[in-house]
Amino acid sequence: MKAIINYLSDPVFSFTGIIFFFFLGIKHIEVVASKKFATIALILILIIFGWMSLDPVFLSIVIWPDNVPIIFLLALVIWSTWFAIHKGVINDQRMAAGEPPVEGTPENREKVWAWPNLVYTELFAIIAGTVFLIAWSILLKSPLEEPANPTWAPNPAKAPWYFLGLQEMLVYFDPWIAGVTLPVLIVVGLIAIPYIDTNPKGNGYYSFKDRKFAITSFLFGWLLLWIFLIIIGTFLRGPNWTFYGPFEFWDAHKVVAANNINLSEIFWIKFLNMPLPKNIFAREFLGLILVAIYYTFVPVFITRKFGQKFLITMGKARYYFLIFLVLTMMSLPLKMYLRWFINLKYIVFMPEFELNI
Amino acid sequence: MALEVEKKSSINRREFFSYLSIGFIALSASVGGVLSLIFRYLYPNVVFEPAMDFNAGRPEAYDTGVDERWKKIYGVWIFKSDGKFVAMSNICTHLGCVPTWLSAERKFKCPCHGSGFYPNGINFEGPAPRPLERYKVFLDATGNAIVDKTRVFRYEKGEWSNPDSYISV
Ligand code: FES
Repeated sequence: MKAIINYLSDPVFSFTGIIFFFFLGIKHIEVVASKKFATIALILILIIFGWMSLDPVFLSIVIWPDNVPIIFLLALVIWSTWFAIHKGVINDQRMAAGEPPVEGTPENREKVWAWPNLVYTELFAIIAGTVFLIAWSILLKSPLEEPANPTWAPNPAKAPWYFLGLQEMLVYFDPWIAGVTLPVLIVVGLIAIPYIDTNPKGNGYYSFKDRKFAITSFLFGWLLLWIFLIIIGTFLRGPNWTFYGPFEFWDAHKVVAANNINLSEIFWIKFLNMPLPKNIFAREFLGLILVAIYYTFVPVFITRKFGQKFLITMGKARYYFLIFLVLTMMSLPLKMYLRWFINLKYIVFMPEFELNI
Repeated sequence: MALEVEKKSSINRREFFSYLSIGFIALSASVGGVLSLIFRYLYPNVVFEPAMDFNAGRPEAYDTGVDERWKKIYGVWIFKSDGKFVAMSNICTHLGCVPTWLSAERKFKCPCHGSGFYPNGINFEGPAPRPLERYKVFLDATGNAIVDKTRVFRYEKGEWSNPDSYISV
């Protein structure tokens, strides 16, 4: 059983599986949002987690002081996502029946004073937060390490937990892409949300149906491409950044064949059986063309197939910026699968200009 | 009378400007002093940085393969094979972590994102885009190998054939 779980938790399977369940959940959102589903899921999660914690290896990872808060945070992420969707689906059902959303009912439209209603709540939150922090800092000692040394790195060398998704991304990309371009685009994209998403529905009340595309694409990026990568980076990456199943002992000598090659090498050497051309652009032309196609023809194609409606309601500039952001976001899972299945290192490989995609 | 008193207590134009310049000089001196203190504070009192070049001893004394003896102090691996003695940087070409030499697996493996390098520094797995860089090595008059870290040789630029990048042994 444990061997099977170790095997299945390999990102190839677990990432595919979680994508599948994500879209299954979106499709049957009413089921996911029901209290019954949540109760059963909670019980199952607790049972499975309890059973897994019986294993000494898994337990040692979980109760490591660095990782304990991450477990709390994961629980919070799941809870708040579910809660928002739960409220949204209730409103969807009400509106389908012709009633106003819960937030629009007369008793909820009543206004209250900031003092004392809000300030009391805030005061309580401050006190509870402080108590929690004090208790936490007493119970779990902060894991300090030895002084930094430029000629030595801990193994595995892990970023702070909130950057572990980024560190996981870096496994598949050049530092300029995963360390600079993508984070900047993430921030720019988040800032741009109010300018891109001018849909007035959903203002002031929870809903899912009214903003299906927006919510789905956000949750995809957030839960699958960020939270899930943090989980992998935190719990399942051991020495040498090798993948270890949740019950697998972190043996520094575990060897995984991870040889990988560039697209230019696959094309010229494997496929055409000739040496790499001397000229950089001749060498990388296939990758450059593919990247160009990805950002030109794919948007056109998507627009033809699904996008007409959005194109009209959003206007050209907004629409194409959105497509650009979505395509960039999708390049991460794409690159992950290319790495797993055809051992692809870089699509465009030009270390001469520090440009590797 | 009143006029005289007023004249005594006030300062004339010339005095005003000399006071002003004294005040200004004092102010700039103190601000400059504080700034220089802050500036000085930004630099550590003791620098543990190793020298940029060092004497690695006689190349004949090394076994073939990867040698780790200078890694802790200077961040340099010596690699000897095929009649060449080279000094390799221990900085991963991906994002600058320090790889570990796994002698059993005969490869360097980076703890940050899992890049792997062959003993000669060529990258073969993980995200590292380029091989490990090499430093300048040369023999001094007494036949000792000197490693000069100020000059690097990059494989993808074809610099590894540069005679400065290795010592023939
Ligand atoms: S820094 Fe070495 S693999 Fe990323």
